[in-house]
Amino acid sequence: MSTLETEIQNRVSNSPTISATARPVAKRKHLERWVATIALLLICIGFALPFVWMLSTSLKTLDKTMEVPPHFWPSPMVPGNYWKVINHPKLDFPLLARNTLIIAVLSVLGTVISSSLVAYGFAKVRFKGSGVLFVMMLATMMIPFPVMMVSLFSIFRWLGDHTPVQFLGTLRPLWLPTWFGSAFNIFLLRQFFMTIPDELSEAALMDGCSEWGIFQRIILPLSKPALSVVALFTFMGAWNDFLGPLVYIQHPQQYTLALGLQTFQSQHGGTEWNLLMAASVLVILPVIILFFLAQKTFIQGIATTGLKG
Amino acid sequence: MTRTEWKQIGKGLAFCSPWLIGFMVFTLIPVVLSLYYSVCDYSLLQPPAYIGGANYHELLDDPIFRKSLTNTLLYAIIALPAGLMVSLGLALLLNVKVAGQTFYRTVIFLPSLVPTVASAMLWMWLFNAKLGLINTVLDWLPFRLLIAGINAILGLVHLPQIETPIGWLTNPAWALPALAFMSFWGVGHTVVIYLAGLQDVPSELLESAEIDGAGMTRRLWHVTLPMLSPVIFFNLIMAIIGTLQVFAIPYIMTGGGPARATYFFTMYLYDNAFRYLKMGYASAMAWIQLLIILALTAIAFWSSRKWVYYQGK
Repeated sequence: MSTLETEIQNRVSNSPTISATARPVAKRKHLERWVATIALLLICIGFALPFVWMLSTSLKTLDKTMEVPPHFWPSPMVPGNYWKVINHPKLDFPLLARNTLIIAVLSVLGTVISSSLVAYGFAKVRFKGSGVLFVMMLATMMIPFPVMMVSLFSIFRWLGDHTPVQFLGTLRPLWLPTWFGSAFNIFLLRQFFMTIPDELSEAALMDGCSEWGIFQRIILPLSKPALSVVALFTFMGAWNDFLGPLVYIQHPQQYTLALGLQTFQSQHGGTEWNLLMAASVLVILPVIILFFLAQKTFIQGIATTGLKG
Repeated sequence: MTRTEWKQIGKGLAFCSPWLIGFMVFTLIPVVLSLYYSVCDYSLLQPPAYIGGANYHELLDDPIFRKSLTNTLLYAIIALPAGLMVSLGLALLLNVKVAGQTFYRTVIFLPSLVPTVASAMLWMWLFNAKLGLINTVLDWLPFRLLIAGINAILGLVHLPQIETPIGWLTNPAWALPALAFMSFWGVGHTVVIYLAGLQDVPSELLESAEIDGAGMTRRLWHVTLPMLSPVIFFNLIMAIIGTLQVFAIPYIMTGGGPARATYFFTMYLYDNAFRYLKMGYASAMAWIQLLIILALTAIAFWSSRKWVYYQGK
């Protein structure tokens, strides 16, 4: 907008006929900006307040959370709540974190490897029928999870009964499907691979490089930004997932953070709010850290999914 | 077909094989099975037994099914358009060049990253009738006066009064609106998509409209919104699919209560499948859900011809 403004200024100084309309425009711009700033400040206070309140509660003693009206500043401040949560016998935090991390890491690996392979097939290998397959794949994105939830459950049960590998009662149903590509990520990567000029792979083909070699040595290294978007979203998805663990996980030994936190809350009737808030902060923290480490990837990823979809 | 064509097909299928297998095992078979289960009596303990359309028939007379469906549609009607408008409004505000723009964008985006369970915990605490922050704020004098004013108007037209402190999650009248209100906290994701779309609105158009004397509202209505309509359409489709499946937040925060006021479609489906072990009944519900989503999406697509403007490229 600053270029626009200088342009307006130029026109104002150059032509006396336009100045009559341009000056109020500049003034209006100024007012617009002030109104926006005040609105944004108020809205941001509203958006940030829940976070602040969560932190404040997580540092209070139990009595202080029961005060009416509540005090904003926790006094005495008890950072020990966090330690208490981590060591709480009813909320085996290290175990929950370990389970969640196992699922998240295996899902990220599976999704990145399988989805990039399939995306390469759709983007760079010209073969009859690829168009039909691709449309079919896009169509599967519309199917809501509940439609498949019941039958997936019985499929995993059947597989457990008829193969030596157990599925229900393990973490496998939560990460194994990710090793077979996910439609959304294949789509995302395929769109990115399409932007890589074919001349590159053709030249490599001339030099005797195999299709696999092109994928591995040319396409993958050039696609790091897209691959990190996929990795990031998959990690977030696994970290956030609630319905999946709720359906497939049966023993507390396999609980994820999401499931463990919910169970802890429902068993305690939601009375120890300071501990609950401390636990929530601990669940949120990795995600927030990840955001600040990979801010660009996040924003670009969301932006492209919205615009290319 | 020539040999090279066959070779290409082989190569292509080889690269696509992970998805092909996954599609068969984790999508196609489950979908077909679920269609089959929906016409079966299936309790998981015994093999499914064919009963024809009995599940669908039973659903028609099931008052809880009807309640869960109306709740879901009601929630969608409240949360969906408001959510789209709130996020669009925020995106427009965040697009105005002001000092500290990045900071504001970050603050509004961050809540959308909060894991579902954590935001459910947090909002249960905020909504707590006696100790919660929201009722504490509403107890301040200006808000007390505001509520008194609203009550006076409500009294004039003989509507029930607002009783304070408001039992956000314990009063059947408030629970559903409370959940819808809470959903606005997580609109950051949609805001980012709108913001990206706003960058593509050609500034020449806005500038020339401005020089021609078009004010802020007219520029918004005649330039920005038409140019943004494909993005609005995308967000609308995403919101339809997401909102109709709402599950985790109400499951954790209210368990469907009070008095089933927040008992949504997917929750009843889940309960049928894994609590009452009525897998066939649940599958029939899932198919109805799929059909509703498809129908609404189709309507959205059909209407899009009238209001979505695709820039000729």
